[in-house]
Amino acid sequence: MSFDNAYEAVSEANDEARWAFGTGFEDPLSGVDTSLPSGVDGDDLAAYCLMLGDDALIMSHRLQQWCTRAPELEDEVALANIGLDLLGQARLLLTRAAKAEGSGRSEDSLASFRDEHEFRNVRLAELSTHDTADFAGVIAQLLVFSTWRLALLQRLTDSRDPVLAAIAAKGVKEVTYHRDYAAQWTVRLGDGTDYSHQRMQSALDDLWPYVGELFESHSVVERLPDIAVEPSELRVEFDDVLTQVCSAATLTVPDAPARAGVSGRTGRDGVHTEAMGYLLSEMQSVARAHPEATW
Amino acid sequence: MTLRPPPTPHGAHPETTTEPLEAHFEHTIEADQRIEPRDWVPEKYRATLIRQIAQHAHSEIIGMQPEGNWITRAPSLRRKAILLAKVQDEAGHGLYLYSAAETLGADRRDLTERLISGKQKYSSIFNYPTLTFADVGVIGWLVDGAAICNQVPLCRCSYGPYARGMIRICKEESFHQRQGYELLMTMMRGTDAQREMVQESTNRWWWPSLMMFGPPDGDSPNTAQSMSWKIKRHTNDELRQRFVDMTVPQAEALGVTLPDPDLRWNAERASYDFGEIDWSEFKEVLRGNGPCNAQRVAHRKRAHDEGAWVREAAAAYARKHREAV
Amino acid sequence: MSEMQPEMEPVKHEWPLYEVFVRSKRGLNHVHVGSLHAADDEMAIRHARDLYTRRNEGVSIWVVKAADITASSPDEKDPFFAPSADKVYRHPTFYDIPDNVPHM
Repeated sequence: MSFDNAYEAVSEANDEARWAFGTGFEDPLSGVDTSLPSGVDGDDLAAYCLMLGDDALIMSHRLQQWCTRAPELEDEVALANIGLDLLGQARLLLTRAAKAEGSGRSEDSLASFRDEHEFRNVRLAELSTHDTADFAGVIAQLLVFSTWRLALLQRLTDSRDPVLAAIAAKGVKEVTYHRDYAAQWTVRLGDGTDYSHQRMQSALDDLWPYVGELFESHSVVERLPDIAVEPSELRVEFDDVLTQVCSAATLTVPDAPARAGVSGRTGRDGVHTEAMGYLLSEMQSVARAHPEATW
Repeated sequence: MTLRPPPTPHGAHPETTTEPLEAHFEHTIEADQRIEPRDWVPEKYRATLIRQIAQHAHSEIIGMQPEGNWITRAPSLRRKAILLAKVQDEAGHGLYLYSAAETLGADRRDLTERLISGKQKYSSIFNYPTLTFADVGVIGWLVDGAAICNQVPLCRCSYGPYARGMIRICKEESFHQRQGYELLMTMMRGTDAQREMVQESTNRWWWPSLMMFGPPDGDSPNTAQSMSWKIKRHTNDELRQRFVDMTVPQAEALGVTLPDPDLRWNAERASYDFGEIDWSEFKEVLRGNGPCNAQRVAHRKRAHDEGAWVREAAAAYARKHREAV
Repeated sequence: MSEMQPEMEPVKHEWPLYEVFVRSKRGLNHVHVGSLHAADDEMAIRHARDLYTRRNEGVSIWVVKAADITASSPDEKDPFFAPSADKVYRHPTFYDIPDNVPHM
């Protein structure tokens, strides 16, 4: 780098690998066959990719909202890391969904121009914590989300769809780290001060009704037997991890009934919480104001 | 805050020993060598550097807010990822800089207190609002561009930890500037509404960007001392001129007009002449009356205050488990 | 200066300062890259990985509490501690001196 001429210094460096991980300079799908696996219904595969992609997109959005609000600068960096990883996963999965449905849509049209009832994320991902500065809340949400997602992605690495398998393989490394981050904070808050213990316990208690939904099967999953992961298979591992973390944190694993959907329909079917409408109106506002624009 | 070590308990006499120390310090600077953390330095050198590095660190942290304002609304997922990564980089830069300030005996928590109590300043540019998504691009192009002009010479600053931090920061900033410019180029190739958005944003940010270099040399009383200590390598006006000269051709390539009727090439000086900066606005913003001063500091204070129980919990946990070992 | 207690805990820090050393690739030494704050060792490693390596896998990180480093520094001009080897008390706020005490 030249130190005397700022202009040269600007144009010189091109150490791309360093900048903005999660923005896709390294293609995790290079060398992967992206054609659809034989005998698979494209719409079903697309729906499944949207489920996993929307989970990541919406959870990432909730983490983005924490930006400039973290309790310490080091955690500012960590939360952004996790948000970026999930955003990267969302992009790959939405791109896969677009390809599977064969409609000519893109990751961006799927993110910005679908209406609320077309989003298939679990409701847990859309719970808001930043507006009440509830750090215990986001940690509880992240602990549950990443424990569940890690168990899911580990199994998805064996998917007959090579693209899903490759996305999962990349995601496993990332989400292992997310789970570890959330678990460490759960333990510190649970076993920290009396006050933090209460906050952490009530955060877990509050979101627990949304846990049941994570393990419910779905007709789309049932139609993709060797492609998708059956959610009910994840429960044992999930309970095991939560029990260990809560035990180390001197917390009690909550026991609360699952929150009902509407006529049995929940996030996976496009039936969300009231918070989702506000989330989407923020997320989609610029894109929808300029539908013809390129960014 | 106490910024220097107490006298030695070993019976030395500081008043008889500072002279050779001062000579050694001057010689180190003279020889273009770096000053390192445990070297003796004049108290004013230490205080000047702490103030400068802290303000620089605060600027990175406060600067996260105007850009962070658009992360959740970014109109494409790629832009969203780039912006989130950029704002994250700024948190990292703040940390590198606080780390450099700590090698001089400052304490990050103290510095944070000074920021949120309004005792220490940050770059005034962040007291302007971000009103459209084009601002994300224009901040990258103009604000980061101006920051680079200011910061690249600091990579040769006489204080080692600051200089080393700046090398890392400058490398990352150059990506920031390029992503901003690239966003603007894309928008200029888009719809009429997008082009208007870029021009309107440029109009708002141009003059505040020029103010980032600080008051004119005649009004900058500390410049001479900072230059003789090689904390600063160029005057405010020199850097401002450099920025204008490098930016005008970029604006032309982009197809936007810079909002200054007096801007024109001066063949004699081989530089661009430009119009008079509104220093009364600069002073108002500096005095705390900018559009967002109160909001920015209050936001930082709220995050810090609301995080107190979390930091305390981690400290309590660490204490418990240290005792248990 | 009988009230000076160099060994005392830094009262103002909620989280102590750690110095970070990174081996960026095999065949190289660990190099000091900077510092950070963390409540304990485990958190320090995590923060170091996030901040100084951006989670680049395969690099090795050491963290050590700044207060635990012992240094000798013949070339550094530090009249307060020379000539004996000493702790790296480069952070004078380790000494609890009231703000209103003028130049000591």
